Amino acid sequence: MSAPAEVRRPTRAEVEDLLFEEAELLDAWDLDTWLTLYTEDAHYVIPATDAPDGDPTTDLVLVDDDRLRMRLRVDRLNSRKAHREYPHSACRHLVTNVRVGEPVDGEIPVRASFIVWRSRNGKESTWVGGYTYRLVAVAGELRIRSKRVELDMSSLRPANDVAIIL
Amino acid sequence: MTLLNDRPTDLAGTGSRLVVEETESFRVHRDSMVSPAILSEEHAKIFDHNWLYVGHESEIAQPGDYVRRRVGGRPLFMVRGVKSGDVNVFHNSCTHRGAVVCRQDQGNAKVFQCFYHAWTFDSEGKLAGVPDREAYGGTLDWERLGLKSVARVESYRGFVFCCFDPDVVGLVEYLAGAKDYLDLIIDAAPADMEIVRGTNHYGMDANWKLLVENSIDGYHAVSTHDTYFKYLVALGTDLSVGVKGTAHDLGNGHAVLEYEAPWGRPVAKWEPLFGDDAKPSIDGLRAGLVERFGEERAHRMADLNRNMLIYPNLVVNDIMALTVRTFMPTAPGHMEITAWEMAPREEQPDVRQRRLDSFLTFLGPGGFATPDDIEALESCQQGFTSGGVEWNDISRGMAREPQANDEAQMRAFWRRWRHDMDQP
Ligand code: FES
Ligand SMILES: [Fe+2]
Repeated sequence: MSAPAEVRRPTRAEVEDLLFEEAELLDAWDLDTWLTLYTEDAHYVIPATDAPDGDPTTDLVLVDDDRLRMRLRVDRLNSRKAHREYPHSACRHLVTNVRVGEPVDGEIPVRASFIVWRSRNGKESTWVGGYTYRLVAVAGELRIRSKRVELDMSSLRPANDVAIIL
Repeated sequence: MTLLNDRPTDLAGTGSRLVVEETESFRVHRDSMVSPAILSEEHAKIFDHNWLYVGHESEIAQPGDYVRRRVGGRPLFMVRGVKSGDVNVFHNSCTHRGAVVCRQDQGNAKVFQCFYHAWTFDSEGKLAGVPDREAYGGTLDWERLGLKSVARVESYRGFVFCCFDPDVVGLVEYLAGAKDYLDLIIDAAPADMEIVRGTNHYGMDANWKLLVENSIDGYHAVSTHDTYFKYLVALGTDLSVGVKGTAHDLGNGHAVLEYEAPWGRPVAKWEPLFGDDAKPSIDGLRAGLVERFGEERAHRMADLNRNMLIYPNLVVNDIMALTVRTFMPTAPGHMEITAWEMAPREEQPDVRQRRLDSFLTFLGPGGFATPDDIEALESCQQGFTSGGVEWNDISRGMAREPQANDEAQMRAFWRRWRHDMDQP
């Protein structure tokens, strides 16, 4: 872990480069490369739609992946047996309204807004919400230690699932 | 119920036309899955006459706590009476001129004020305030203008049900054999059960009865959920135990599968994915069950899984986690699903964490399995539109003592559906 005091606050353009790269990799279904943007101790969390402040240690959430489960989720989505996403859908992750905060304990807090479109089998789904990231600098490169996806949706209808990575 | 009672009277026998049972053959006509006319008959004959799940008492623990729900397609709300402490379930409509009275999904309130003309009702449904009451003269019966309770409301061990038919049999009689299974599941908790905060609100573009079948379908597990089993293997689980067990018709359309499976159970069955650190704690839970219930019942509680349907649309699955799920059609090809996780109250934080984790691996719209169930059911619904094939086949296991990967439990549902849909 890098020493807290020495972390420089990156520019918004630097952060956007990382988030846009992530979006591009997800849209391209290059999930193995996508994982390399994350630290070894990373977390990926999506709270329930009716408890967006949900804490995965006490509340039921939609997704609560540590790095191992992120790896296994990628393995699943890479397989031909993830029926909901085989064949893969066409996806477009739009990331916007990026705000970079002051580093805290060596981590850079970032907020952004997103829309994700999925088109598959004649059906369109949309997810809308906010991302909260905590980034760290690893060997001079920005990496993601935590991504939390809060949905601005009163339910998962009509998207019906979160089978893709948001 | 309605003044415009214009339902045609020749609807008798619909069930027997669509569900045909012969020796070693059980068929369901696909009109039951795609026809809007059948769906409106289902509302009139099934959802308006059977006990339907509203929610769990733990969701409204304190006086004045309320939750808003759609039950049987109707907006209702359930509130714990401030004076009585009773669980009240009201039609969510103002007795003045109709507006929805409870407009938040959950909360706590002493009174519910209709925003339209500001009539106010208390948590027992009594009309407590009317602006400019003097405009009404002196003889209007205000008692009669309280919130309308659903015709019947009863709860069994915290599960609150309601029925729109005042003449329905009592809840315990209705639950029939499902009662003992609910007891088994609830008794396994060291304290009372509660609903965990955070709800799965999702949907499927599929007929609601496909989710009935899927929720109690052992046959599809290996083929549909290949990626979930691979996940278990990656975490060190031995799959050789397989999915083995029996199916039981519990009466009144209810049914259950009871079986062994390779996954761990937070109740008291350790598997490698829980981690070595968790072993002593899970062994302790298991010893506690043996002490309280003896070896045989403790074995059922700890090791065996149960997928239970309570007719028509409640599923209580006691598998790698305990989930309570209900669903309602909004169209022949679409349903809305609400699912919760249930857990013992005041559980140790590490045990709760394990339970939450175990739920997410398989269940829920972001899990490793549920999305593929959604895909399977939507795929069936799309397949029905192809035509050419008129019947679904549900004969599996008719010629033997029903096993967990047979279809006897689905036949139990369909026979009751046939009976209800045969009514005039
Ligand atoms: S409709 Fe509720 S006060 Fe008039
Ligand atoms: Fe399934």
